[in-house]
Amino acid sequence: MTDNPSPLIRFERLSKVYRTTAGEPIHALDNFSLDMGKGEFLSIVGPSGCGKSTLLKILAGLQPATSGRITLAGKPAAGPQSNIGVVFQEATLLPWMSILRNVLVPADVAHIPRKQLEGRARDLLKLVGLQGFEDKYPNELSGGMQQRAAICRALLREPEIMLMDEPFGALDALTRDFMNLELQRIWQAQHNTVLFITHSIPEAVLLSDRVVVMSPRPGRILEAITIDLPRPRTLAMINSSEFGAYSNHIRDLLAQQGIVMGEEAA
Amino acid sequence: MVAKAEIVAPALPSRGSLLRQRPELITVPLVFVLAIAGWECAVRFLDINALILPGPFEIWEELIDGLQSGVYLKHGLVTGEEMVAGFLIGASLGLVIGSVVSQFPLIEKTFFAYLVGLQTVPKFAIAPLFIVWFGFGIQSKIFISAMVVFFPMVVSTIEGFQASDQRQLDMLRAMGASRWQQFRMVKLPNALPFIFVGANVGVVLSILGAVVGEFVGAQEGLGYLILQYNFQLKIARVFAILVVLATMGISLHLMVKFLHRRIVFWRKPSSHLEA
Repeated sequence: MTDNPSPLIRFERLSKVYRTTAGEPIHALDNFSLDMGKGEFLSIVGPSGCGKSTLLKILAGLQPATSGRITLAGKPAAGPQSNIGVVFQEATLLPWMSILRNVLVPADVAHIPRKQLEGRARDLLKLVGLQGFEDKYPNELSGGMQQRAAICRALLREPEIMLMDEPFGALDALTRDFMNLELQRIWQAQHNTVLFITHSIPEAVLLSDRVVVMSPRPGRILEAITIDLPRPRTLAMINSSEFGAYSNHIRDLLAQQGIVMGEEAA
Repeated sequence: MVAKAEIVAPALPSRGSLLRQRPELITVPLVFVLAIAGWECAVRFLDINALILPGPFEIWEELIDGLQSGVYLKHGLVTGEEMVAGFLIGASLGLVIGSVVSQFPLIEKTFFAYLVGLQTVPKFAIAPLFIVWFGFGIQSKIFISAMVVFFPMVVSTIEGFQASDQRQLDMLRAMGASRWQQFRMVKLPNALPFIFVGANVGVVLSILGAVVGEFVGAQEGLGYLILQYNFQLKIARVFAILVVLATMGISLHLMVKFLHRRIVFWRKPSSHLEA
């Protein structure tokens, strides 16, 4: 759809102010500016309440920005975009639909006959290890399996951009490592652009081309760090000295803000 | 194999533990038997006048008698038609109006204010008006029944639409779903458990509506029959008709419950009203 050169996504001086029920303003995002190139895998790391999720919701068209704007391939983004797939912290599958039907929800929304995308849906489920669970209902699956189905749903229409809001936060460490490698594989196969939000520094370094480190509220960019590690990345790299240097650098940045991040998924 | 182990396996109760897990399977019929026996004993040994309180056996004999003569069937069909037609009309109207109103916050707030006001009006008190408007026939009873079913149905429907899962809606909106798609794919299914609560309340009220309508003015129906027998002091027959009415009510309730189980299959009933 877009043949324009990079940046694919441009955040221009984006700010978001919430009002509490008492009427007090909360500055969630402050003058956030960032360019993302086509095909880039970019992670945002930061403490709770730094506006990471707000940023993602604005990009997904779920919330308006207070000021500033987002352009997609040069065009101002207004409202939800069909070429964006979103994975939230929770799987939010529809409990009255089978897993296969859940993955096909984007087809329904876009008025594409289900038959047309059913093959792809089955392939995606197979890819994430959910073969044989197509006709089960979400409450028959564990949280990790539900989240994998949610990722299939987001990937169904081969979106140009994937937004992922701590998608593996609720998974156990083993499943999380597995899902990280799967995600890298899928991303390399699909050549889509990923904006990935996480609490885990190792996860961010392992997956990303660039890691954006954010300050506590109001969320500002402390630094955008280019991760110059060869692809495909492996879990063994986590123990390499370069990997350690990136992780330590990010941890130091956050520590200067008085934030200590855990060793999740390390 | 790892993936398989993740499935949440439902605990299958073994045969021996069934009664231990659901002791109400014993206690519910037990209380019924004890109550009937106590009632019969009280009537016999305390020598209660049958004109005031007949015993269960006498009521049973009248019930069999009335069923065999076909008189309950004739009048029961009339009341049944009033009750089912009234329920269907009232429930559909409540469902449609509640669904439409819920989609527009301002209309919902305005409508709800009047609805709460109307809730406090004793609706059965205007039953005589319905006789004036729609005559002594079956129509007036259907409309009384529909009116009393409408209110709980519309309130439950509106409540159901307020209970939509915001995360599911966000997910659908992020895909670019239209308002109609959001309604059909998330809001309506989330509202269904509430709608069935309204339908269960409506079932009870539909019988009340039909019978009260017949009390006020009718030439047929079980409510009319109760009045007739009451005047003739055939009290056992009055009780027998109550049994017939209860059976009709339970049947309709079971039908709604069956639909509830089939349609809202993903959700275990969470309250006695839903059960």
